[in-house]
Amino acid sequence: MEQEQIPTGMLLQKAVKIRTDILEMVAEAKSGHPGGSLSAVEILVSLFFYKMRHDPKLPDWPDRDRFVLSKGHAAPVLFATLAESGYFPVSELKTLRKLNSRLQGHPDFRVPGVEFPGGSLGIGLSAAIGMALAAKLDKNDYRVYALLGDGEMDEGETWEAAMAASKFKLDNLTAIVDRNGIQQDGLTEQIMPIEPLGYKWKAFNWHVLEVDGFDLRQVIEALEKAENMRNRPTVIIAHTVKGKGVSFMEWDPAYHGKAPDKDTVRKLVEHMRLE
Amino acid sequence: MLVQMSSMRDAYAQALLDLGSKDFRIVVLGADTSVSIKTSLFADRYPDRFFNVGIAEANMIGIAAGLALAGKIPFVSTYSAFVPGKCLDQIRNAIAYPNLDVKIVSSHGGLTVGPDGASHQTVEDVAAMRAIPRMHVVVPADANSTIALISHSLMLSGPFYFRLSRANVTEIYTPTDEIRVGTANILKEGSDVTIIATGVMVNEALEAGRLLSREGVSAEIIDSHTLKPLDSETILKSARKTGAIVTAEEQTIIGGLGSAVSETVCESYPVPVSKVGIRDTFGESGEHKELLVKYGLTPQEIVKASKKLVGSR
Ligand SMILES: Cc1ncc(C[n+]2csc(CCOP(=O)(O)OP(=O)(O)O)c2C)c(N)n1
Ligand SMILES: [Mg+2]
Repeated sequence: MEQEQIPTGMLLQKAVKIRTDILEMVAEAKSGHPGGSLSAVEILVSLFFYKMRHDPKLPDWPDRDRFVLSKGHAAPVLFATLAESGYFPVSELKTLRKLNSRLQGHPDFRVPGVEFPGGSLGIGLSAAIGMALAAKLDKNDYRVYALLGDGEMDEGETWEAAMAASKFKLDNLTAIVDRNGIQQDGLTEQIMPIEPLGYKWKAFNWHVLEVDGFDLRQVIEALEKAENMRNRPTVIIAHTVKGKGVSFMEWDPAYHGKAPDKDTVRKLVEHMRLE
Repeated sequence: MLVQMSSMRDAYAQALLDLGSKDFRIVVLGADTSVSIKTSLFADRYPDRFFNVGIAEANMIGIAAGLALAGKIPFVSTYSAFVPGKCLDQIRNAIAYPNLDVKIVSSHGGLTVGPDGASHQTVEDVAAMRAIPRMHVVVPADANSTIALISHSLMLSGPFYFRLSRANVTEIYTPTDEIRVGTANILKEGSDVTIIATGVMVNEALEAGRLLSREGVSAEIIDSHTLKPLDSETILKSARKTGAIVTAEEQTIIGGLGSAVSETVCESYPVPVSKVGIRDTFGESGEHKELLVKYGLTPQEIVKASKKLVGSR
């Protein structure tokens, strides 16, 4: 029943728009992290345009759901999503990374809608736990979402947090791992193997779900299952492709932190709009 | 005049290849930034002696401690925001306290990551490392001095923190200049004011010296690449000669070069010390050069500070 109501058409359109925003932003900035931004588009779209309770006009609303971008280098996807949601003008996206802009290289409290200044990897899940604990203390029913990178699984703090979240029975917390298979120096399974990833989270007493991170319906269903789970935090391992949507970026570790030039992006964006 | 710009990362990678070919105790550790920092060149040449631990800086420091205890000489490298940023305790308890021969060489220090913004810039790393007992702290100004200082550190025992810059810099030294840990280099003699600089600010100090001489002020310029142990002999000698000191550093003035110089002159030969550096604030996104201007890390600021000291006599 509920599935019928998912406005997939609208969500798909948002995803295309956010992808083009990301490409234009990093090209204009001449730096930034397109790869891990493009892989997370459908995840953020599912959250901000469907699942999360939030109001762009009231970024400090105490009852809002929280989204922590722990892999803060994916700031372009967060900023584009916030702008497309109405937190600030879309035209401001082109100031990314420039002197005196609110849009810093990594999330920063100058931007309405940013809940945590991710940038140093490994910290975000801990902060999300703090927010989820506070919700329980205050008997508030807001939910907390944290998006982590798969390279970020290397940080010990991620696993310290994993232990704590199940100890505190944080069923109001959902972690999402962007399983795009690539970190900065290369493939995760070569730099620091993290498989079997689902079993690791299971061993830490989490409710584990695996989805195709580009299938909006699967992502949303998993977010819903997480919400219905009692007494345990949920992790959604979202299988994605780094650089998704741009053939020459997909699976190329070089595009972790390299901006394509403006001419290339102009052609790409025209192509994406036609599709 | 031919201005040669060079990269400290390239110099570091070159030093590792040279030193690693002669001393097989040298091992290199990386934390998922080795392509960017160029330690991947060592990894390509000596795959057995390179360990990429993933994004796990604290673990990397602990592993380096174990390698050192077993007779290796580990070079540990990532961005300065994360080493020391992520692992002060491991550096303190696993490396400095047992006085191990671990060379931490962090790159992208100061504001040089520019557009990445405050999370990836470092204003506090040097002060934090200075405060740890036994730690040597070295901030080179160019590629040739990076190579010389890293090579010399191999002859000295104990823990080291080298802070390198991401920015390309104008070369100051030649490959044959004598540059040694613990000995400041006097780059220009002068009699009215002493300008002591470190890292990328050495070039700015040299430019300030040129601007000052046009205005009839004779500045002595000193590269204090080693912040700890500080070369107090050279600094005190210059203080006695000029009677005024300006320090210049690309980091917080709390606990950095300006503090170190003040500590020394206050105890032995008090002269006024004016500090050019970052004033207890985080950085932000922007091009490195723009940030240097916004945060007052320019030759003009050094000139202003120098003239104020000279004028007030
Ligand atoms: C603590 C820390 N160490 C190193 C970095 C530098 N860094 C930025 S992104 C990145 C790789 C991240 O890989 P992953 O978590 O897989 O992110 P994604 O693939 O989603 O972009 C690294 C090493 C950092 N930001 N924080
Ligand atoms: Mg990844």
